[in-house]
Amino acid sequence: MRLLPWTIYLSLAGAMLSLAAGRRSAAAARWVALGTAAAAWGLVLAAATGFSPSALPQTLVDLEWIPSMGGRYHLAADGISMTLLVLTGLAATAGILFSWNIGERTGEFFAFYLTLIAGVYGVFLSADALLFFVFYELAIVPKYFLIAIWGSTNREYGAMKLALYSFAGSALVLAGLLWAYATGGAHSFALADLASAAARFPAGQQVAMFALVFFGFAVLAGLFPFHTWAPTGHVAAPTGASMLLAGVVMKLGAYGCLRVAMPLFPAGLAFWQPAIAWLAIIGILYAGLVALVQDDCKFVIGYSSVSHMGFVMLGLAAANPRAVAGAVLQMFSHGVIAGLLFAVVGRMVYDRTHTRRLEDLRLLALYRLLPFAATVFVIAGLASMGFPGFSGFPAELSILMGAWQASPLWAAAAALGVLIAAAFTLRVVQLTFFGKSGDGESPARSGTSEASADAAWLLRDRETQARSAALSPITWPERAGAILLISAAVVIGLKPDLLLNWIVPSLQSPLFRAVIKGGAP
Amino acid sequence: MTACPILSIAIFAPWAGALLLALVPRASPALSRALALVASLSTLLAGFSAIARFDPNAAGYQLVERHAWVSALNAHYCLGLDGLSLVLVLLTGIVAPAGLLASWRQPREVRLFGILYLVLQGCALGVFLALDFFHWFLFWELSLIPAFFLIKLWGGPGASRAAYQFVIYTLAGSAFLLLGFVALFVASGSLDFDELSRLAATGGLSNRLAALGGFWPKAVFLGVFLGLAVKVPLFPFHTWLPPAYAEAPAGVSMFLTGVMSKMGVYGFLRILWPIFPSEIHAAATPLLWLALGGVVLGAFAALRQRDLKRMIAYSSINHVSYCLLALFAVAAGPLKSAAVASSALGGAILQMFNHGLSASALFLCVGVLEARGGGRRGIGDFGGARSAAPVFAGLCGIAMFSSIGLPGLNGFVGEFLIFRGVFGIVPWAAATACMGVLVTALFYLTFWQRVFHGPRAGVSAGAFPDIAGADRVALAILVALMFLFGIAPQLLVGLFNPLVTAWAGGLPTP
Repeated sequence: MRLLPWTIYLSLAGAMLSLAAGRRSAAAARWVALGTAAAAWGLVLAAATGFSPSALPQTLVDLEWIPSMGGRYHLAADGISMTLLVLTGLAATAGILFSWNIGERTGEFFAFYLTLIAGVYGVFLSADALLFFVFYELAIVPKYFLIAIWGSTNREYGAMKLALYSFAGSALVLAGLLWAYATGGAHSFALADLASAAARFPAGQQVAMFALVFFGFAVLAGLFPFHTWAPTGHVAAPTGASMLLAGVVMKLGAYGCLRVAMPLFPAGLAFWQPAIAWLAIIGILYAGLVALVQDDCKFVIGYSSVSHMGFVMLGLAAANPRAVAGAVLQMFSHGVIAGLLFAVVGRMVYDRTHTRRLEDLRLLALYRLLPFAATVFVIAGLASMGFPGFSGFPAELSILMGAWQASPLWAAAAALGVLIAAAFTLRVVQLTFFGKSGDGESPARSGTSEASADAAWLLRDRETQARSAALSPITWPERAGAILLISAAVVIGLKPDLLLNWIVPSLQSPLFRAVIKGGAP
Repeated sequence: MTACPILSIAIFAPWAGALLLALVPRASPALSRALALVASLSTLLAGFSAIARFDPNAAGYQLVERHAWVSALNAHYCLGLDGLSLVLVLLTGIVAPAGLLASWRQPREVRLFGILYLVLQGCALGVFLALDFFHWFLFWELSLIPAFFLIKLWGGPGASRAAYQFVIYTLAGSAFLLLGFVALFVASGSLDFDELSRLAATGGLSNRLAALGGFWPKAVFLGVFLGLAVKVPLFPFHTWLPPAYAEAPAGVSMFLTGVMSKMGVYGFLRILWPIFPSEIHAAATPLLWLALGGVVLGAFAALRQRDLKRMIAYSSINHVSYCLLALFAVAAGPLKSAAVASSALGGAILQMFNHGLSASALFLCVGVLEARGGGRRGIGDFGGARSAAPVFAGLCGIAMFSSIGLPGLNGFVGEFLIFRGVFGIVPWAAATACMGVLVTALFYLTFWQRVFHGPRAGVSAGAFPDIAGADRVALAILVALMFLFGIAPQLLVGLFNPLVTAWAGGLPTP
């Protein structure tokens, strides 16, 4: 456990080493980056084996930092942090594998990448609000550069929009935190201290402070209507960055809501709960419907991320142990699945076909040219739909159960989102990979000529062979990354207790008990 | 539990076969087919060993395997067997290998076909054996994937569209089913079918659901009902079926009609009825009308079909609706005696099994016709096939008569018991359903007459070899079983009669 803070330091060191290695060769930079990310993940997994879940976070480091403000360098981890740390390591490693083909300024790419990872590890480990905020900001800067330099569609606009929205959100958070700090007079930024001070604030103040902090974090979580940066930014970003952004960085926002906003201002949550729930539900449904009509497959995935994060926010809003546990599990699950989806669409398809338009892809019948990619995309699609057997199912089930406990109408509306997700997922899978066989349906007459059907198959085979020569084969880093992510989705799908056994006890902590109420019926 | 986990083995054996098929480096088509067939036959073996350990007179589930799975959701890995599931396991064990034999000469991507087929078989067994919603829903949904690909990749020209329609319909229904169980879990804290039914029997479940609002028990019932109704399919949620069955390749259609349609009826018997007894009773009359719609309109629709596969598909809707007719009649009441109820319910179970046999045999026959006809399967494309292929004509005729319900063949017993039961409860429904029987006889006899009788014409005028090889073996076995279970239905009835008697005994009689 004591090793966990080293994930941060290792990532930062790796960033600098990557930069240096990049001057020698791109390959050196890649291997340094992969080694660092894998090592950091290895530390997390090692800590995980020895981790015994308890209600209170276990302090790892607690040093004086800024005595004049009462800010301490205080790192701690509980079950929720552990879950998200495992996700970060996994997404980082997979993201680097899928960025193996970055050839330009490779060292700088991985330097920014690892700095972003370091910031993310820091956020998940912080127990001091000021430190939390610093790491949160640290994570924003590399995002801009990753998108602006190595991105694709509309990259400068996408990068700017993403960065500005993130800064705006964190400005709101800072305002709320400073207000609470000043009013509380406790001269400490420790989350526990702020919480006990804030408990004495009048309800009206809590409501206002909660609004600032929660909605500030919710911007990064992609809560409707603050979500518009997400599809643009994720589409613009290079594959490895999209995987990380949609997979992990959006979770920073939700984590902030859970870890900071909710325990500090319970009265605020009580006031805003219906509004947040309905915004989350609108996000689920609206983003899903928008995904259904997109022509660019990466936009479909971008909007699907907003829709899935809506489930997370609904789980948080329902504020009972089952819903929140489901929300944290969904954070993990969606992180893995979004990574898979962006990897296929960005790395496996776009880097080869140079088009993301569904109108173009449907003519290519890619399932014959890229069977591995097709298989991975089908699996990722099923996982994204919340299909049983994958991690999304227990997560969404838990959220639905918790939402029903709070209000059956919320659960019913959210279940509609599951249906819409199935629809847009099937559509994007069908059009991206299985295009040609979808067309050419003759009206059902009393029979067709099987002879001509055979001929069509044969012809398609010859065309296929000619075309597949033009598409480069799937490389080993892509295979490794895909297998890694799919395994995670399946393992947690079949044995969600592995994570739930960490998450559920953490929700018993005194900080949460004031705001997350309502046990088993 | 030191006993051998037969039920887990039954489910995992076909999956192990699929895995083996996937991993063997260079499997020739012949090896793939053989391996798939062996793995598929494992179900029959498991079924027989289950029979050896099964005591029909014992109450409750047997060979139970129950382990904690997701503690946060109180979900368990729970498998169990009673008379109803045993019959369906046996049915799967017979129909699945028969479907593989019917696909013996299918040349495309033999290995992938085998893998998907075996995965589908395992999923179907899982549905019939799982007793915890989390576990059961896994199999229920998972079965859609192999079915989708089997239809889409090996089917006819409209296969893609049919496959999508099938999947989307079923997923939509499943979303309602899922929400219903979310509500049931919140109300009861359990996902176990047995616990839920015990809670429902005391009325406690309805009370807890009603705590949120008076209409919720009915809404939750409706949700679960929709999810199951789409799968059966119950009229009017049946429109996905004819395209799916018609476009699928012969072996897959056999499995779809033989086994997958029973998943829906099983769901009604295992889930909907035990957990919502009072809601089903309240809704019984509209439900009876829906079942009758399936019976009568299904039969009339079959009569109008030119495409033989669609004809059998609509006939499937008709036959499966008899099972639901029986259930809804029993739920409607009032029951004059328990014997009437046990007759209806026993008939429903028997009909599930027998229809599985006869419908898959008929799809096999139409598959043979289609193969001989180079893809054509219209009723007008053949003529006088009897003189060209006498063995085939004979076997096909027997299958048709079984489906019509001729005494002496297996189809008769189930239908007879159902009618006897339903006449005793809601005679008007039984009278209306008789129309279904008449029209069924009409279209099958028309099929026989136009395709097999008279002068050789159309496809049969040319080279029309008699049925041979794997097709012949499969059809012969199915027909033999039709005779066996027609003459000695006791072989099956003995397995589930005590169960049905117990069900009937628990019902209110004035």
